[in-house]
Amino acid sequence: MATAATNKDRPKYLSLRAILFELRLPIAGWISILHRVSGVLLFVSAVWLLFLLDRSLSSETGFASIQRYLGFALVKLSLLVLVWAYCHHLCAGIRFLLLDLHKGVDKASARRSSIVVLVVSLALTAYFGVKLW
Amino acid sequence: MVNRIVVGAHYGLRDWLAQRVTGLIMAVYSIIVAVVLTTGAPIRYAVWRDLFSQGWMRVATLLFATSLAWHMWVGVRDILMDYVKPLGARLALQIFVLLVISGYLAWTIQILWRTA
Repeated sequence: MATAATNKDRPKYLSLRAILFELRLPIAGWISILHRVSGVLLFVSAVWLLFLLDRSLSSETGFASIQRYLGFALVKLSLLVLVWAYCHHLCAGIRFLLLDLHKGVDKASARRSSIVVLVVSLALTAYFGVKLW
Repeated sequence: MVNRIVVGAHYGLRDWLAQRVTGLIMAVYSIIVAVVLTTGAPIRYAVWRDLFSQGWMRVATLLFATSLAWHMWVGVRDILMDYVKPLGARLALQIFVLLVISGYLAWTIQILWRTA
């Protein structure tokens, strides 16, 4: 890493394998990579969420069919994963906005806010999970 | 000669800012809708339909969807720039993503203003 500061074309270090298996990421790093993962997840599954919205708003019978559909454990579980992705993305996003405003940039508070993001998004997921079930 | 990369980031403060502004809009919408849904009557079809037939809700949801489209574009584009290096593949994927996002937006408008 000593040469990195002097190398003008230094690459960003983005190796997925390293992030997942080789590095021991600090918790703030996990918040960051999970923010990205949850974002991709939401982008990809937006088509499914739109399908749910479309059918549920289409008619009384459409709504009932979606209710039945959401009764399947696997469907519910998938939706719960997306609820987590949404909550995590939202909480981590608010944290990043605060960091942009130079709030909580020092190491101790950055660690603390990372833990808050993790805990709050899991708690929100649990809350909506209970509501959903 | 200006040596620009066509599928690069056009050095964008605009995108950086758009990412944040759209995120904020969606955060506000999410909180409002979460409160409306969890504090209101149990969600039956009539409740669900009436919520989305109100003018403010349609406009707010359209604002949300527009913000989401822009937010998704900047986010996915950043990821493609990080992980897809061959320019042809990157351009192809970026076009595909733009088409998908446009489709999402069009579908949302259709759902919101459909006369059921």
